[in-house]
Amino acid sequence: MALDTDARSLESELEDSGHARRAQAGGAAARLGAWVKQPGPLLGGPLMLFLALGFVGPLLLVAAFSLIPPKTFDLSGGWTTQNYVDIVTESYWISFAWSFGLAAVTVVCLLAVCYPLAYAMTKVFGRAASLLTLLLVIPLFVSENIRLFGWVLSLVKGGVLPGAADLWLGIDISGLLYTVPAIVLGLVYVYLPFMLFPMVLGLSMVPDRLREAAIDLGASRWQLFREVELPLAMPGILIGCLLTFILALGSLAESKILGGSVVVMIADDIESAFTFAQNWPKGAALSVLLMVLAGGLIFAVLSRLDLDKILGRG
Amino acid sequence: MSAMSTSRPMKWLLAVWIGTVLVFLYLPMAAIALASFSRQRYFRFPIPRFDTRWYEDAFTSLSVRDLLWTSLTVAAIVTVISVVLAFLGALAFARYDWKGRSVYQKLLLLPIFFPQAVLGLALLLWYSALGIPTSWMTAVFAHLVWILPIATLVISIQVYGFNPAWEEAARDLGASRWQVFREVTLPILWPGIFSGALFSFLLSWGNFPLSLFTTGADSTIPEWLYSKMVSGYTPLVPTLGTLTVVGAALLLLGAYTVIMLVRRSRQARATAEG
Repeated sequence: MALDTDARSLESELEDSGHARRAQAGGAAARLGAWVKQPGPLLGGPLMLFLALGFVGPLLLVAAFSLIPPKTFDLSGGWTTQNYVDIVTESYWISFAWSFGLAAVTVVCLLAVCYPLAYAMTKVFGRAASLLTLLLVIPLFVSENIRLFGWVLSLVKGGVLPGAADLWLGIDISGLLYTVPAIVLGLVYVYLPFMLFPMVLGLSMVPDRLREAAIDLGASRWQLFREVELPLAMPGILIGCLLTFILALGSLAESKILGGSVVVMIADDIESAFTFAQNWPKGAALSVLLMVLAGGLIFAVLSRLDLDKILGRG
Repeated sequence: MSAMSTSRPMKWLLAVWIGTVLVFLYLPMAAIALASFSRQRYFRFPIPRFDTRWYEDAFTSLSVRDLLWTSLTVAAIVTVISVVLAFLGALAFARYDWKGRSVYQKLLLLPIFFPQAVLGLALLLWYSALGIPTSWMTAVFAHLVWILPIATLVISIQVYGFNPAWEEAARDLGASRWQVFREVTLPILWPGIFSGALFSFLLSWGNFPLSLFTTGADSTIPEWLYSKMVSGYTPLVPTLGTLTVVGAALLLLGAYTVIMLVRRSRQARATAEG
């Protein structure tokens, strides 16, 4: 672990030699060689190599597949943009619209649900925070479809909630399952931790002293929220929104299990293009569109954030 | 101290809200547990008769044993590989300053944000193009693509709190590199590595969208449950579902206890020495 001092001496060596031999050929290669020998690239190397093979490679392949003729299965048949033309002219915009709409509604619901929760965890019930965190984390590790199936049992006709409502209140609420609100419920349910924990991280970046000072200076509860807490917690909240929006955008199980077939979301279209319809190029093109839209959003938000500051609380 | 700006009714409201959210989170699991104890083949609430025969079926079934074995093998291998790579990756993420680090940090986060179902399909395409037959081993690889970045992030949070001066001090006192690593770096980063391992295991254990497309003829528990939910419901679905929930909860509670015990014994040692 003496790597960092080695790297420092290497860097200074590099600087010296860089001044002396800037004009020489091979300088770039030497710099690359020295860069690779730093602890950062050395330690992160295996991980990057893995992700190049397991993430970048497959995505490039999907991009290539999106440009071959429809319903073909190899890359030797020439290139075409036919799949994209098909997508635009057919009614796929409906599934895109549903996905974006449902994702937006999910994010709004999660903001309302999670903010008081995150606030309570960081600023009010500090002592119980670790137990609360544990209780909130456990569901995350239970397979998503098992939990959604639990909602099916809860909402289905004769299930827990309609059964209880009928038994104790005498009202009939048997039509809950297989509706759009049921899908939103599932999305909010599954992605709750992904909003909550970034938010907790963000709110814990608000120093208590600053809040006290604001109150001493006569700030109202609303002013405290708007002028102090919200701006300082914003990076965490933004990450939470981004994370849940993207995850909801690409979700598959919620609309399938809780929505029956009332709504087709985009991941559903992609899956059926790959499996049922055996039209890989179209599935690939739909994936590329989803990736581009999601990727643009991710980069737009991430480029505004300083990860060191959020994670290291520095 | 920090509670000073919160009034009493506000506190009550927040407590009620926490309770509501917890009920919301655990209601579906309670429903599954209820269904698993119902004697009926099809679930109705209130439950007319309770029975544990589905558990007997689950414990004696050979196919359940196969599923369990596949899920465990995948999760265990994922955990081992992920801890090693993510530990190194986290040092590069948070410990060292180097050119290109901020790009590295952001690229590493991309797979986490990526829709898993689409990632699973992309990997299926990738395997078929490379001529690799899909089995539980390709599922291990697929899980790692998604879990490695998460484990790296989890360990990084611990690494951010690490002071490099401690390593330097140990080296100045004559420790070898290996000694510094074993006696200083590892013990301090241990809680992060531990939670990284826990996350890796549990996320692989519960993963469905990636497994769905990458296990080939093999099947993990979440996959099997899904196929039975969609067609051919059997009461083994809630039974096996309950067992996986209980398993995950026990593992987490066990880990939580271990962390608490270690922390307490460290504190005791520190006060005894100080």
